[in-house]
Amino acid sequence: MTTDAAGLGKARASAFVLPALALIAVFLIFPALWTIYLGLTDYRLTGLAAAQPRLVGVDNYTGALADTRFHTSLWLTVLFVGGSAIAGQAVLGFTIAWILRSRRGPVRRLVEGVVLLSWILPSSVVAFLWIALLDRSGGTLNALLGTPGFAWLLDYPMLSIIVFNTWRGTAFSMMLYSAALENVPPSHLETARLAGASVPQQLRDVVFPLLRRHILTNLLLISLWTFNDFTPFLLTAGGPEGRSEILPVYVYNVALRGGSLGAGAAISFLILLINLIMALAYLRLLRGRRRSQEAAAGGPPA
Amino acid sequence: MISLRDLTKTFPGGVRALDGIDLTIGDGEFFALLGPSGCGKTTLLRTIAGLETPTTGTIAINTTDVTTRQPGERDVAMVFQDYAIFPHMSVADNIAYPLRIKKIAKAERLAKAREVATRLSLGDLLERRPSQLSGGQQQRVALARAIACHPTAFLFDEPLSNLDARLRLEARTFLKRLQRELAVTTVFVTHDQAEALALADRIAVMDHGRMIQVGTPAEIFQRPATPFVASFIGSTPMNLLPGKVTGGALHVAGAVLPAGALPDGSEILYGMRPEYADLALDEREDGFPGTVAVLENLGTATLVTLEARDRLIQVLVPEGDEPPIGSRAWAVPRQRRALLYADDTLVG
Ligand SMILES: Nc1ncnc2c1ncn2[C@@H]1O[C@H](COP(=O)(O)OP(=O)(O)OP(=O)(O)O)[C@@H](O)[C@H]1O
Ligand SMILES: [Mg+2]
Repeated sequence: MTTDAAGLGKARASAFVLPALALIAVFLIFPALWTIYLGLTDYRLTGLAAAQPRLVGVDNYTGALADTRFHTSLWLTVLFVGGSAIAGQAVLGFTIAWILRSRRGPVRRLVEGVVLLSWILPSSVVAFLWIALLDRSGGTLNALLGTPGFAWLLDYPMLSIIVFNTWRGTAFSMMLYSAALENVPPSHLETARLAGASVPQQLRDVVFPLLRRHILTNLLLISLWTFNDFTPFLLTAGGPEGRSEILPVYVYNVALRGGSLGAGAAISFLILLINLIMALAYLRLLRGRRRSQEAAAGGPPA
Repeated sequence: MISLRDLTKTFPGGVRALDGIDLTIGDGEFFALLGPSGCGKTTLLRTIAGLETPTTGTIAINTTDVTTRQPGERDVAMVFQDYAIFPHMSVADNIAYPLRIKKIAKAERLAKAREVATRLSLGDLLERRPSQLSGGQQQRVALARAIACHPTAFLFDEPLSNLDARLRLEARTFLKRLQRELAVTTVFVTHDQAEALALADRIAVMDHGRMIQVGTPAEIFQRPATPFVASFIGSTPMNLLPGKVTGGALHVAGAVLPAGALPDGSEILYGMRPEYADLALDEREDGFPGTVAVLENLGTATLVTLEARDRLIQVLVPEGDEPPIGSRAWAVPRQRRALLYADDTLVG
């Protein structure tokens, strides 16, 4: 078999790929390199250093790594990802998909419609709706609970943004798991049921092993998205007193509000590294599984 | 023992898959549910298993009413058409799975799995993954998993239909011997009449959610209760010819036959199996005349199709006795092998 399936030849094939490569270079590689460079300077938004940035070596990095504000922010981000992406979107999305799995008709369409709506609305609109819901005076939630004057966004900022992001992003996980559950043969579940397996046992023994790859892919995507999500800023702006200052908000506050572009770039690069590590860890998990399957399939045929 | 009383199942949307099923399956009996596609065989099996809830009626297993019990509480094991072997578990873990759910200690359940596997000649494959097994081996793994937990009944949904023709015959013999040895009540769904005749102690022929006839293979084959059963059973389709009694004789498709006790004027359907007729090349009053149109070689015999005026008549002749195509021939039914139906019921 030839690898030149389109029959273009090397030169013409390169000519076709070149524009795409150029775009990737301009919009992805160059900014990344620029970020690394900025992270090594004392570049500022205004003032003397804005005109004449000086190279300061790894000062920005050591500074960030030593900063307790960075540590807090990292911890809050881990909470945010764990709470809203993994425990929230993935678990809730799977639960809804599992419950709706064998339902047809209006109930299913209604739930899917509501969940999808929260996914397709623009962030600014959604943020406004949530502010209206959680507002201290005249907020819908306080009216519903009969707790007038309760400041949800001030007293429970992390909980608020976790619930917000769970609500916002569950649709993706739900749809992914719905599609994946279609691939679980009913006879496998029924065999487990006939053996007397409870629902948790059916999930453990039949569903999760079959959906392992879907679950890992879903967790990778939503973890990365949530890790880099800036929308909570629209609700709490990182406050009060930095109690909901997740990393993307922290970068914004340092670089644009505080004006230290150099330090902001350094933190951005650290975030990039953390993302990379997460992605590699997930890919390793995925690949490890595939390899063991291949090893199993490669044995002597019957 | 499994007793079904007045069982009805109507699916949402109005499909009546089971319609007043009354049936008792005896202890240790090998019982086949036979019928064309969509007649409700699978639905009946799944209702016994508890995977479908009947709309009306009751199900009892060993005199205990299980109608409202969960599948896991009925002590039955099912083998699905696709075998439903868990791909991520080894053969041993698959076979031991029901025992694991019953919280039997690991060593004990693996010993049991080994014992059952050895019996089904799977002893060397215990560590394999299901993807490394042939179709026949997978089928036996599914059987082994059903056997390992000692249920009161086996429910099989076309377990042989994914095997190739040769393997299928082997698996059939194997299955029958196994069932004899285990003596566990078995309900077996198939749409293959030969399989049902070969395996079952009793057969229920179903159509449109109803039981048309229940009986031993011999009864079903020799005395099919309706023209539907008659045409469904048998490896070559039965000839069903309309006829009328006039002047004390039965006139069917150009032949004059004794009418027996049938009154003058009665309209009947005359059923004759191709195996139960002889071919004559000279004119016979008691034979159906026709022109030889098709010869189908079946190995030890040839299926001859005669073209009569408005219908086709098929006769089986021994090898070597084939008439030439285009010749005139008479199909002569053998004495006492004919089946007479009036208004869809057997009258003689
Ligand atoms: N879940 C369901 N919802 C609605 N109708 C169904 C459902 N399952 C089966 N049916 C209908 O019930 C009837 C009986 O189906 P069943 O599967 O029992 O047939 P079967 O005899 O097993 O056929 P086959 O030999 O093709 O497997 C069919 O008309 C089928 O379309
Ligand atoms: Mg079926």
